[in-house]
Amino acid sequence: MHPFAYVAPKTVSEAVSVLAEHGDRARPLAGGTDLLVKARANVWDLDAVVDVKNIPELMSLSINGAGLSIGAGVPCCQVYEHKDIQEQYPGIIDGASIIGGIQIQSRAGLGGNLCNAAPSGDGIPALIAYSAVAKISGPNGNREVAVEDFATGPSRTVLENGELLTSIEIPKPAANSGAAYTRFIPRNEMDIAVAGVGVFVQLDSEGKKFESARIALASVGPTPILAQKAGDSLAGKPVNDESIASAASLAKDAASPITDMRGTVDQRKHLVEVLTGRMLNQAIERARG
Amino acid sequence: MTTNSPSKVHITTTINGQQHELLVPGYMSLLDTLRELIGLTGTKEGCLDGNCGACTVSVDGRIVDSCLVLGAEVDGKEVDTVEGMASPDGLHPLQQAFLEEAALQCGICTPGFLVAAKGLLDNEPSPSEDRIRHWLAGNLCRCTGYDKIVRAVQKASS
Amino acid sequence: MVATFEPKTDYKVVGTRPIRHDGYDKVTGRAIYGGDMKLPGLIWGVMVRSPHAHATIKSIDTSAAEAMKGVFSVITGADMPKAPSKLVDLGEGNVNFKWASNKLMADTKVLYRGHPVAAVAAVDRYVAEEAARKVVVEYDVLPAITNVVDALKPDAPILLDDLVGDDLGEDVTNTNMAAHVRHEFGDVEGAMASATHTIEREYNMQMVHQGYIEPHNATALWDEEDRIKVWTSTQGSFPARTQIAGILQVDVSRVKVTPLEIGGGFGGKIPVYFEPIAALLSKKSQRPVKMVMERTAVFETTGPTPGARMIVKLGADSNGKLTAATADIWFEAGANPGAFIGPAAQCVYAPYEIPNTRIDGWDVLVNKPKVAPYRAPGSPQVAFAMESAVDELCEQAGWDSLQFRIDNASKEGTRRGDGVLFSKIGMQEVLEATKQTDHWNSPIGDAPEGKVRGRGIANGYWFNIGLKSSANLSVNSDGTVQLTEGSTDIGGSRTSMAMHVAEVLGLDAHDVRPVVGDTESVGFTDVTGGSRTTYATGYACWQAANNLVDVLKQRVAILWDVKAEDVDFKDGVFISNAESAKTISFKELAGKLEDLGGPANSTGAVDLESAGDGFGTHIADVEIDLATGKTDVIRYTAIQDVGTAIHPSYVEGQLQGGSVQGIGWALNEEYFMHEDGRMANSSFLDYRMPTSLDLPPIDTVLVEVPNPLHPYGVRGVGETPICPPIPAIANAINDATGKRLYSTPMNAGSIVESLK
Repeated sequence: MHPFAYVAPKTVSEAVSVLAEHGDRARPLAGGTDLLVKARANVWDLDAVVDVKNIPELMSLSINGAGLSIGAGVPCCQVYEHKDIQEQYPGIIDGASIIGGIQIQSRAGLGGNLCNAAPSGDGIPALIAYSAVAKISGPNGNREVAVEDFATGPSRTVLENGELLTSIEIPKPAANSGAAYTRFIPRNEMDIAVAGVGVFVQLDSEGKKFESARIALASVGPTPILAQKAGDSLAGKPVNDESIASAASLAKDAASPITDMRGTVDQRKHLVEVLTGRMLNQAIERARG
Repeated sequence: MTTNSPSKVHITTTINGQQHELLVPGYMSLLDTLRELIGLTGTKEGCLDGNCGACTVSVDGRIVDSCLVLGAEVDGKEVDTVEGMASPDGLHPLQQAFLEEAALQCGICTPGFLVAAKGLLDNEPSPSEDRIRHWLAGNLCRCTGYDKIVRAVQKASS
Repeated sequence: MVATFEPKTDYKVVGTRPIRHDGYDKVTGRAIYGGDMKLPGLIWGVMVRSPHAHATIKSIDTSAAEAMKGVFSVITGADMPKAPSKLVDLGEGNVNFKWASNKLMADTKVLYRGHPVAAVAAVDRYVAEEAARKVVVEYDVLPAITNVVDALKPDAPILLDDLVGDDLGEDVTNTNMAAHVRHEFGDVEGAMASATHTIEREYNMQMVHQGYIEPHNATALWDEEDRIKVWTSTQGSFPARTQIAGILQVDVSRVKVTPLEIGGGFGGKIPVYFEPIAALLSKKSQRPVKMVMERTAVFETTGPTPGARMIVKLGADSNGKLTAATADIWFEAGANPGAFIGPAAQCVYAPYEIPNTRIDGWDVLVNKPKVAPYRAPGSPQVAFAMESAVDELCEQAGWDSLQFRIDNASKEGTRRGDGVLFSKIGMQEVLEATKQTDHWNSPIGDAPEGKVRGRGIANGYWFNIGLKSSANLSVNSDGTVQLTEGSTDIGGSRTSMAMHVAEVLGLDAHDVRPVVGDTESVGFTDVTGGSRTTYATGYACWQAANNLVDVLKQRVAILWDVKAEDVDFKDGVFISNAESAKTISFKELAGKLEDLGGPANSTGAVDLESAGDGFGTHIADVEIDLATGKTDVIRYTAIQDVGTAIHPSYVEGQLQGGSVQGIGWALNEEYFMHEDGRMANSSFLDYRMPTSLDLPPIDTVLVEVPNPLHPYGVRGVGETPICPPIPAIANAINDATGKRLYSTPMNAGSIVESLK
């Protein structure tokens, strides 16, 4: 591990200026559960890590009429212990509560999950399904990027030199909506998704017809994927096994996985279909209350 | 200490109730800070990537893998390790239960399990077996098959 | 003449569950493990490792590393003493110093990914790691061999140019085959031809790792007197000393090994990896040097147990009796010879009486880490093949698989596959006990929608070694006893040793204070392995305690002015044979020793043949999600003949721990190799060992058939329980889905594939 300096700025602009100064030899530190592993494995040679946990804005967690705002440094445990989030955003809880074990969840957060840009990030599909937006600050000001566009490849993101993810904004879910995320892993915890599926559905007031749906996939492409066609296919369709099966099949088509030690192409595509069906049913159940 | 060594960070931290003032290299993990700077070697190194839980300590009441925390990050925080569990009156009930239930064989994972289990019982005094197994999934044990560890935690819970 | 013992039942200490003596240190974090070692002036060593699995080293440039501030020394293969080709028995596996030396540091060629090519000592670990990155090595990369089939092809790249293979006694060169052995008894072909039912199947298994949580470590000081002091986590300080001295080419008395607490081994901490390197770095640096292995290197360069290809054929008559069996077994040795085909041959048919048998075994080199013993090395592999084949044979013929196992169970006088005749064994008792378990007699229950359930059973066997052990005792004036023994304590053995002594002396287990000696404070003791420790070192402790009684009788004779032979000892009390009223307790006597000849000490030393054969049967219930292939073990029971359980809690712990390692091996664990010989999953994240959430409670049934070769009937226990789980789960999966899997791991992907 290349020896690096520890910097703990108190404002976004300080953090941005340190990151800009060092380029790719500096990284923001939130939970550190990916950063320190990569530094130790010499994947990254760093001169500085920028601890963002002293920047109030990055540590804030708020929920109001407009939606949910999760500071980029907020750990998973704070998210899934939050009563209002449990009630209003169960899909977010599904993802946040299965990243690593309890020790990891004390530190790792959804912001870091997004920035680490692993195709398997368990926190990301639900964010995509909920139409979340990433807020970014940088030397040239602030900008917003849809979460599905945030990762550009394995370990690569839209973040430019000096830019910092500050928060994730999740709009308030519409009435009669529900969401869910699950993944397939060989063990029951402490594993990387072989495939993951997050869905969001909005039903009519009767709960019998889909108004709209979004389906997002993990571990079946170079980044988490929004399976646009699969979600769109449900709009206007009746809530029944046939609609669900057809969307699941389209989700399967949207997956473009590789074969590796965690699973084969066939296994992963098959899992996407199975899990999409299961998550749609789960989300429907939640939408119906 | 190192060539072009980045400057050290001055921190004040409370470890097992004792305040420590330290100069920590920016890159040094909390695990090494405890083991190498303070001499608290009860916290063990197993994998250095957060997958075995042998280095579990508590920071401000939350359990973490100390290999994935920098020493510099615990400035102003309270760190609790296995060395802080017993009191002058004797062992912590979890420690006693681990002995009585033979919940350790080689013992290398034991400090991490004890700190993790304490983190559970401090907040949930009567967890179910499934809850215990779920909570401890971040701690690997290769000797016991977990059976006696789970029984020991059940025994120590009220 | 081997001493035999009548079974006893009236024990005072044996069979109780005292708190382990080292427990307080281990639950408070005070116990000092190898990685916790500190010495004045301590510096850190780090290896430079090959990124290639097979390559010729063109050049090594260490100048940039040596020039770094804080670096003390750098060594390469050129600094390694030239160890001769000499085979030494380490109890569980042999070591050839030449290969062992080459394994620790490459000479001109690297043979597996992570093979060390240089080592750096520096002021701290971080500096040493940085310096190691500055060592520049040029390689000519060679094609890597990653399986036994490729290794034995006529045009295969050869790993070791100077290897002379042994093909049924004939020397062969230019080969990756280190050995081919055969055991044949009876008329195998004839019996197979006349069998009513036959089955022949091929089974394949990937390498798996022991998975101990504590990484390998060593601290060494090569002092100015040319004495080498080593502190390490080892399964045997004396065998470690043998290896260190052999690799460094010094006399054993020059090396002192102090065993620190050890964080798991399962056989993998019998070989040394760091100790000689740390010693060489120390010599060059004139400082004590400590090394702790990173987890990736633990996977890539230590441990594993052999991957295997096996073909098993069974024949049975119309009455459900096995008549013939053949087994062809190819094991991956890794980069040096020594793949445990001997133990595989001993174990493959052991649970069964089969009149006509043949075994052929091949020890094959591949560009993977040299295998190390792992809990019954070689036996789980052949158990997977044999017990799967037995189940499939029963299925074909319509026989009950438990009854078939009972009807064909080996017993006293049965000939094992390698020709050895069994003495008193407990296979039948274990199977009868299995039949009586609540588990076997309870229905498996209905699976939730979309899932199926299945139950499987399987046998397992390990032969349990004896070997050499030593123990010393001395009496304290307060009536307690100090015990120094030579077995490093990997799972509570100190307490079993103390219990042996306490039982003889009529003391409480905690009145005996056990310590594990270093190589200069106790006599030679073999490894903590082979399921020998409680048996052999316990035997030495028992012997030392009896010798102590003899010493103390002399003192009582002085006290009472009688002859020593007129003093008897029973239940902790010395009695006069002449005057029955005259008694003195052990404790009272201890307080008077100062005036009765002073210190009272004794010693025990044994060299034993076998710790008695160990048989077990396991029952596994699984539940499988048909859509995803996810398998959960929902109920599990391990039944085993344990001889006599000295400390039942730790005996149960051995059964539980072994079972769970086997469950991990069955379902998810494997070395997933890239074609170029790199391991893809060299972390605890992707080498998926079971967590607490992946398991049900592991129930145990201790069947106690006392071993006549031990004074209390102890039988080796620790290794047998890893053998049945893999086939028990294979059989359970087959019961659940109707599909049989012939390769491990039997993971979700392969289950879904089998259901297509």
